[in-house]
Amino acid sequence: MGRIVLNQVAKSFGDTQVIPPLDLAIEDGEFTVFVGPSGCGKSTLLRLIAGLEDITSGHIDIDGVDATNLKPADRKLAMVFQSYALYPHMTVRKNIAFPLKMAGLSAEETNRRVQAAADVLSLTDYLDRRPGQLSGGQRQRVAIGRAIVREPSAFLFDEPLSNLDAALRVGMRLEISELHKRLATTMIYVTHDQVEAMTMADKIVVLQKGLIEQVGSPLELYRSPRNRFVAGFIGSPKMNFIEGAEAAKHNAHCIGVRPEHLEASATEGQWKGVVGVSEHLGSDTFLHVHETGLAPSLTVRASGEFDLAYGDTIYLNPRADSIHRFDAEGVSLGTEQPA
Amino acid sequence: MATQHSRSAARFMMAPAVVLLLGWMLVPLTMTLYFSFKKYLPLRGGDLGWVGFDNYVRFVSSSSFWPSVQTTLVIVGGVLAITLVLGTLLALLLDQPMWGQGIVRILVIAPFFVMPTVSALIWKNMFMDPNYGLFSYLWEFFGAEPIQWMSQASLTSIVIIVSWQWLPFATLILLTAIQSLDSEQLEASEMDGATTIKRFWHIILPHLSRAMTVVLLIQTIFLLSIFAEIFVTTGGAFGSKTLTYLIFQRVLESQNVGLGSAGGVYAIILANIVAIFLMRIVGKNLDK
Ligand SMILES: Nc1ncnc2c1ncn2[C@@H]1O[C@H](COP(=O)(O)OP(=O)(O)OP(=O)(O)O)[C@@H](O)[C@H]1O
Ligand SMILES: [Mg+2]
Repeated sequence: MGRIVLNQVAKSFGDTQVIPPLDLAIEDGEFTVFVGPSGCGKSTLLRLIAGLEDITSGHIDIDGVDATNLKPADRKLAMVFQSYALYPHMTVRKNIAFPLKMAGLSAEETNRRVQAAADVLSLTDYLDRRPGQLSGGQRQRVAIGRAIVREPSAFLFDEPLSNLDAALRVGMRLEISELHKRLATTMIYVTHDQVEAMTMADKIVVLQKGLIEQVGSPLELYRSPRNRFVAGFIGSPKMNFIEGAEAAKHNAHCIGVRPEHLEASATEGQWKGVVGVSEHLGSDTFLHVHETGLAPSLTVRASGEFDLAYGDTIYLNPRADSIHRFDAEGVSLGTEQPA
Repeated sequence: MATQHSRSAARFMMAPAVVLLLGWMLVPLTMTLYFSFKKYLPLRGGDLGWVGFDNYVRFVSSSSFWPSVQTTLVIVGGVLAITLVLGTLLALLLDQPMWGQGIVRILVIAPFFVMPTVSALIWKNMFMDPNYGLFSYLWEFFGAEPIQWMSQASLTSIVIIVSWQWLPFATLILLTAIQSLDSEQLEASEMDGATTIKRFWHIILPHLSRAMTVVLLIQTIFLLSIFAEIFVTTGGAFGSKTLTYLIFQRVLESQNVGLGSAGGVYAIILANIVAIFLMRIVGKNLDK
């Protein structure tokens, strides 16, 4: 079980409203990711759910029970903090056992659960070490271990991977996804990295300044972003935005085309420009195209190796069914249906 | 300091301080040792020659020796216990967000700036005087017979006075330690279901152990040699004579420098025994 429903939940610190009233339902077993730029209120929202901050107004239901005024410990949620928040003076074993000790479980049951968690997270060899003697990835796993032994109804993660290096991050990303598949428990995951959001989530919640911009599956957000903010935030590299006369041709204030929906050609095409910096990733090449007269710079993805040098002329063709149109307020008008 | 070069550079840089400290300690220590083997009575003949271990034997066999060691340990132990417990509680209290925090914190430190002589006299005359002290009024208010603090409860009085002086120090060190505790650790333990008391016991207290060690060691060093507080209150009477005070009496009141010096050497030995004990007990906390 682990269905969390936010009903008109709002949060202010003093006079500043950080979260305007918002509604959100997180279904049982779902992997939900809160994503948004720094300072948009992701952590605050997570802490409201955890009970570490008081809600200014509104209600939170967990599994159909009003949890608005419940203490954090009584909400049956487990949280993994960005700094891991391990207890430095306790061994890994004691760290993982701590919530069970607080719950007053018997020694055998505690041992059994700690052992099981250590097996799942490959921590068996480290049980008698202290957190200070572990690598970042191992600490991360201990923090997760401390969360899973409680068998909570939902896990809350606040940017758990941001202290790890790129390679480890990819590894842990997989491990957490794996864990979710195995436990099938609700997970709420906060990140500002849209790649993490896209790869892990069943459902993404895009936040900006405390407001929910859009809720949907990764592909929904990718295919039909509801506004310019979501369109620009989801997808890497960023969507190209073009305003002015070119947009007017499509009956819009602004049009957006993703780099992967632009075809590059050396000889002919709809738009003409000059190649700037190209980034070669092996599988793909990202070209930054200037002097198109449409926008200061357009990013284009060309598959494989693409040999146009700096300063060469390039032609671009947008895929007709993938031009996103936006009105003056940035609200999406949908993609243009070919007539 | 990883390389050979940086290590020798560090030694070179530290040398002046080490030499100064050595001189500072070695000269008085040597003089004490020198006099402790002499019969030296400044007003009654001066230097009367070497006497071997005579002074040492006489100092220990004096009837005031063991009681003075006991008094010293009681005062040190009492003050340590009071300042550590109250210091922790005060630090916890001061860590709470409250109105006028800055001023309250300065007020808490204030006793540390009052000279020992002054604070002891204030306590003796304003609070503990059996006739017009505030405590006597308090006792009378509840219909009790006022306590003759200096004579009936001399050790307790001294422990109270010295604790009052050292409480700010303990509080301050423990407060900074509490403030350095990662708030996410407390939140994590809260989510793990720890009540306030368990949080204190399992998270805050272990975090404080290192700071407590520092408080314990530093205070012990200073408390072993308290003098002014005894001098101006009981004058060493009513069982409040510490080892330091006994040495003072031997040297200045009996004008026996040799005997006093021997006492000084005993004091050094006592201090080292206490230090070794403390290091044993709390040393584990330091090498974390
Ligand atoms: N205790 C507080 N008092 C006042 N303002 C706060 C407090 N905590 C957070 N805020 C404000 O609330 C806003 C949202 O903060 P929050 O930590 O939720 O951002 P975030 O989305 O998690 O950002 P990041 O990705 O950088 O972690 C910020 O503007 C921040 O300044
Ligand atoms: Mg955050």
